[in-house]
Amino acid sequence: MGELKLMKGNEAIAEAAIRCGCDGYFGYPITPQSEVMETLMVRAPWDKTGMVVLQAESEVAAINMLYGGGGTGKKVMTSSSSPGVSLMSEGISYIAGAEIPCVIVNVQRGGPGLGTIQPSQADYFQATKGGGNGDYNLLVLAPNSVQEMHDFVGLSFDLAFKYRNPVMILSDGAIGQMMEKVTLGDFKPRLTSEEIENKYGSWVTTGKKKNRSRNVMTSLELNSEQMEKNNIRFQAKYKKMEEEEVRYEEYMCDDAEYILVAFGSCARICMKSIEMARAKGIKLGLLRPITLFPFPKKPIAELCKRVKGFMTVEMNAGQMIEDVKLSVYESGIFKPVKYYGRMGGIIPSPEEVVSTLEKKLIGGN
Amino acid sequence: MDTNKLTQQDIIRQGEQVYKKPELLLNNTMHYCPGCSHGVVHRLIAEIIGELGIQEKTIGVSPVGCSVFAYKYIDIDWQEAAHGRAPAVATGISRVNPDKFVFTYQGDGDLASIGAAEIMHACNRGENIAVIFINNAIYGMTGGQMAPTTLLGQVTATTPKGRNVERNGYPLKITELIAQLPGTSYVTRQSVETAMAVRKCKTAIKKAFKNVLAKKGTSFVEVVSTCNSGWKMNPVKANKWMEENMFPFYPVGDLKDGEKADPSLYSKKN
Amino acid sequence: MAKIKGTVVIDTEECKGCGLCIGACPQNVLKLNNDVNGKGYHFSFMKEPDKCIGCSNCATVCPDACISVYRLKI
Repeated sequence: MGELKLMKGNEAIAEAAIRCGCDGYFGYPITPQSEVMETLMVRAPWDKTGMVVLQAESEVAAINMLYGGGGTGKKVMTSSSSPGVSLMSEGISYIAGAEIPCVIVNVQRGGPGLGTIQPSQADYFQATKGGGNGDYNLLVLAPNSVQEMHDFVGLSFDLAFKYRNPVMILSDGAIGQMMEKVTLGDFKPRLTSEEIENKYGSWVTTGKKKNRSRNVMTSLELNSEQMEKNNIRFQAKYKKMEEEEVRYEEYMCDDAEYILVAFGSCARICMKSIEMARAKGIKLGLLRPITLFPFPKKPIAELCKRVKGFMTVEMNAGQMIEDVKLSVYESGIFKPVKYYGRMGGIIPSPEEVVSTLEKKLIGGN
Repeated sequence: MDTNKLTQQDIIRQGEQVYKKPELLLNNTMHYCPGCSHGVVHRLIAEIIGELGIQEKTIGVSPVGCSVFAYKYIDIDWQEAAHGRAPAVATGISRVNPDKFVFTYQGDGDLASIGAAEIMHACNRGENIAVIFINNAIYGMTGGQMAPTTLLGQVTATTPKGRNVERNGYPLKITELIAQLPGTSYVTRQSVETAMAVRKCKTAIKKAFKNVLAKKGTSFVEVVSTCNSGWKMNPVKANKWMEENMFPFYPVGDLKDGEKADPSLYSKKN
Repeated sequence: MAKIKGTVVIDTEECKGCGLCIGACPQNVLKLNNDVNGKGYHFSFMKEPDKCIGCSNCATVCPDACISVYRLKI
């Protein structure tokens, strides 16, 4: 059993990074996630594990530091919030195009633009459909607790290296700032240069050794036929993710007639809404996607067979609803999909969710 | 008249008002911490724009940082820029509106960290804008993290044991770099910790604004400032710490007071 | 020789009690009040009003533009 501690979501990210053998964190201050870097600086892991922690001059610089470090096979990560992640979009696209593993944490705040500092989920499209240019996908994990903030760091690195792809932890300001109990993982050592060479020698830029051909890290390919081949390879990777990496949680769905679909903070609010709705006799359940890409299409298709409808609850103008509708469409069974959301950094209340469910989904308005 | 029997009301009624809050300073209570240098500089800018009579053609560009809300306090048109991009936004305004007066107001994170490229290039192009650079060696708004101008050994939220040169590099004397750029005409460093310093600072900012109005290129005024919250000291102690620690490294005075560089020096013959 | 009498009017509700005016005054006129204003700040006030010469140093250093200065030549 690991150490049990009380801490903020942001702090849990930092603790998890040190424990999972992260080689480098490169970040920039932005509310509501500055504690990630501050905690790392206080912990001073460079003295204990040799982990590098650097405050970059900007988010653009930070993501490019990830490109560099990740391209040498090291476990590197960054964290930011919505406007900062927008700045990273170019770098993320390059990283995806060069197939570099790394972890990016987005502690979302209200937008668009400079926005507000309160929580939101309005970067769902940016995270799951691209944000940077071109055909690429991030594997996106959505924590809803401080424990998951911790657990997903190690998991993200495993997935990043499994697929040679950037992975995003899509959190929000509420989870970043709230304090909960967390069981901290054991310390895993950082990989040695030899281990990196043995495992990833086919692609890492660590200096051409005699026993291998030279490696070049690039997303540039001027020959269109080759570029298409690259893209086909990327698409095959994303297809494999869809087949093997879907993660989700069902809560009281077994006898449910109506299903709420929500991730992150909204999922927790929905659990209270379910308690309130069931007290009124409404058989409500929750499907909580944990991976937003790949999206849990199959569980939704299964639910289509027996439920009366779905309602997404999101802190945005209606983004995940499109993936739910797509999933329903692909199931071949039509079911209504409604949406309830708040914007501008406002967190919906459980009561609002229930009353909207009654009006829109059950009432059919 | 027995001078000792004069009441405050007598003095107010019979005397002259030698100081009042400038008209262009709006009545919104400033959100800055007690004693923050931002308040003083905002007041000076409001006074100067009023005295120069340029309210109707002035556009200010505010940054991201504590002074993100500068647009709430001075009665002019403003544009809020993304973090570090104010010189680029100001360039956009000024180039297509050459008859307007444009200035940026930026902190040390905004100007010297993320915005390093934008300020270099605006000054290199000699954009007709004034830049007010508030340097308090820390990131205030986001909770007191290290800034490029943070001094070695200075404790911040991301340098809890003091800034270390191996890990965090050297404090950046950005104003010295700016002064070398050919597009600048006036580059100065000021402060506002005493009444005399405030008056000198006002003279400097006024000169900067006049230079820009005369289309003499970029004018750059750094104001070495305090951050009581970030430094974790009261305003009076913060001023003292600034005098003892910041001034030796960021000395007050003019770095350049002249003209933009002569283009013939840059031509092919040389 | 003309004597100068000065006085200041401080907006005590806007004052944040930063204390900078206290040190700026060459005549030691100002002090922070033991009472607090509506925001909980100990506001500045004229402890020694007779000593004021209306130099406006206090108003010059005030970050919140709380101070108006008046001067009378006698």
